Amino acid sequence: MRILVVEDDAVLLDGLKVGLGIHGFTVDAVASCGDARAALATAEFDAIVLDLMLPDGSGLDILRELRRRQDATPILLLTAKDTVADRIGGLDTGADDYLGKPFDLDEVAARLRAISRRAAGRASPVLAWNGIELDPGRRTVEIDGKPVGLSRREFSILEALMRHPGAVLSKDQLADRLYGWEEDVESNAVEVHVHHLRVKIGRDAIETVRGLGYRLRSA
Amino acid sequence: MSSIRTRLFIILIAATTCIWLFATAWIYFDTKRQLQHVLDTRLMEAARMVGSLVTSGEIALSARADQVSASIPLPEPTHVGYERQLSCQIWSFDGRLIGRSSGAPEAALSNETSGFSEQEVGGEPWRVYAFADRDRGIRVLVGDRLGLRDRLVTDLVRGLVLPAIVVVPLLAFLIWASVGSGLQPLRRLTQGLKARGPEDLSPVSVGHPPSEIRPVVEALNSLFGKVAAAREHERSFTAFAAHELRTPLAGLRTQVQVALAAKDAEIREGAMRQTLLAVDRTSRLVRQLLAMSELDAVPDEGEPQDIVVGRAIEDIAASLRTSHTDVAVEIDPALHHTTIRMNRELFHLAVRNLHENAVQHSPAGGRVRWFFDGSASPPVIAVEDEGPGIPEDEIGQVTDRFFRGRHRSAVGSGLGLAIVDAALKRAKASFVLRNRQDRCGLRAGFGLATADIPVGQVQHK
Repeated sequence: MRILVVEDDAVLLDGLKVGLGIHGFTVDAVASCGDARAALATAEFDAIVLDLMLPDGSGLDILRELRRRQDATPILLLTAKDTVADRIGGLDTGADDYLGKPFDLDEVAARLRAISRRAAGRASPVLAWNGIELDPGRRTVEIDGKPVGLSRREFSILEALMRHPGAVLSKDQLADRLYGWEEDVESNAVEVHVHHLRVKIGRDAIETVRGLGYRLRSA
Repeated sequence: MSSIRTRLFIILIAATTCIWLFATAWIYFDTKRQLQHVLDTRLMEAARMVGSLVTSGEIALSARADQVSASIPLPEPTHVGYERQLSCQIWSFDGRLIGRSSGAPEAALSNETSGFSEQEVGGEPWRVYAFADRDRGIRVLVGDRLGLRDRLVTDLVRGLVLPAIVVVPLLAFLIWASVGSGLQPLRRLTQGLKARGPEDLSPVSVGHPPSEIRPVVEALNSLFGKVAAAREHERSFTAFAAHELRTPLAGLRTQVQVALAAKDAEIREGAMRQTLLAVDRTSRLVRQLLAMSELDAVPDEGEPQDIVVGRAIEDIAASLRTSHTDVAVEIDPALHHTTIRMNRELFHLAVRNLHENAVQHSPAGGRVRWFFDGSASPPVIAVEDEGPGIPEDEIGQVTDRFFRGRHRSAVGSGLGLAIVDAALKRAKASFVLRNRQDRCGLRAGFGLATADIPVGQVQHK
């Protein structure tokens, strides 16, 4: 899952970037409204973690702009202002969840999973496809009840494909979800990870759509 | 006599009674004088009347002294106690009693030939008018008892005093009640004040207070206003402080969680370094919050002292030096010869925060310079950094508490310059803050009124 974190406190931003990374998220981190707008204009995110008080404006402005153009990206507000009135204001502006500082890193990760699950309209936290079960919270994959060990990248590719069952994801889309835009990506990195994934979960599970990308083979 | 009501009541009752007594005495004496006059005139007229009746022969006089009774008709007495006020005797010049009114004593009422006289007759004082008719050779004496006159006056005065005795308690009740109702607004005010809780600082409302109470109500309301403002200030400061502490605490917690969860040694070390940074920042924030609340709370900052500026700045800069900054600090030698008079605590607060601010905004390898500008009026002690400066539109705002502009540093709290401002205000020094003209960077310092610099001690190389 690729998420955008907008937070102006450098230490907290770093903590969220690294910490959510440990939880399996691909994190892009920005510290101002301007940078956030630029990031949102160039990439797609599965969820956004948004601070309210930013040096060049309020996070609520970003939230409002997104919702005005019918962008339904799940948004978790993260702020030091957490009176009931603040929460109501944030949620009514279009946020999906609200967390007051200081917070627990694991809870942030769990809430991000929850709001993206709700956004996708899924009831179960576990993704399932043709006997493959992927649990984003516990970060486990089972095939027919037997656990399979996947690397972080492999897990992310499988998760991305299982989130959009039947849809074709291009290499670039997968690379975005794997790396964000801060890391240098080898041109064939996605192919290498898909190759390893096929070895672990079965050659036929992932189908290559020539010239377009990959998708899960339908049953 | 602590109650206004009791005091007013006693004063009013005493005054009323005194005035009443005085008026009664006046009426008594005046009436008595008037009455004497009227009764004397009556005596005189009665004597003349009797004399003229005798002269015209309408009254037959007996020759014998013992044959007097009922010879002069008098009006039937109407007032009990006042009958037979007047007595009349008619004497011949040779000393025989020719006639007398009924009830008149037989002894001569007067020895005078004519005019007024007072005499004791039958153990009673009488006032008598004598009228002599030389043609007929008779003397008419008309008199009344002085005792009766006195009783008349006494009755008159009693007629005044008796209603007063009835009216005074009534009056007392009216005074008591009206003083009570006059003091009603005061009582309402007291009850209103008693009834309010410690949190209630709303203005007192007593409807339309009378002009005597209005100043009290206004003073109270102005006091309430001030207390409420101070309370509000304190509350918003506390709220702000709590709010400002949350972000660094969140950062700390997150970094510690990262350190605990990280399997990679490099990530763990990075998180530890970030934690250290966050602890530094948070402790600085707490220190600044304490300084700020201390500046707010302590009204008296004590006596100013002589401070050798250069050495003091050196000490402060040394105490702030940390291992992970590589900013060069330079102190103008002229400052070592500059002595100012200022409260040491305030000086320390101002310089420390100015210095921290300058160092924090300096780029790596930057230079921070303290200097003395004696050409300015008043002379200025300031620090220059090579940081980004402050956007011109934000210069007015940076002394606001918790204001963090666009050029914020990673560890800034938005309190530093607010503390400097508050401390300098206390020390009656002016805050000099502007961007450098020669290059980017900020010049921040304070101007001291010349009175704060001992004459002859300011030297500028």
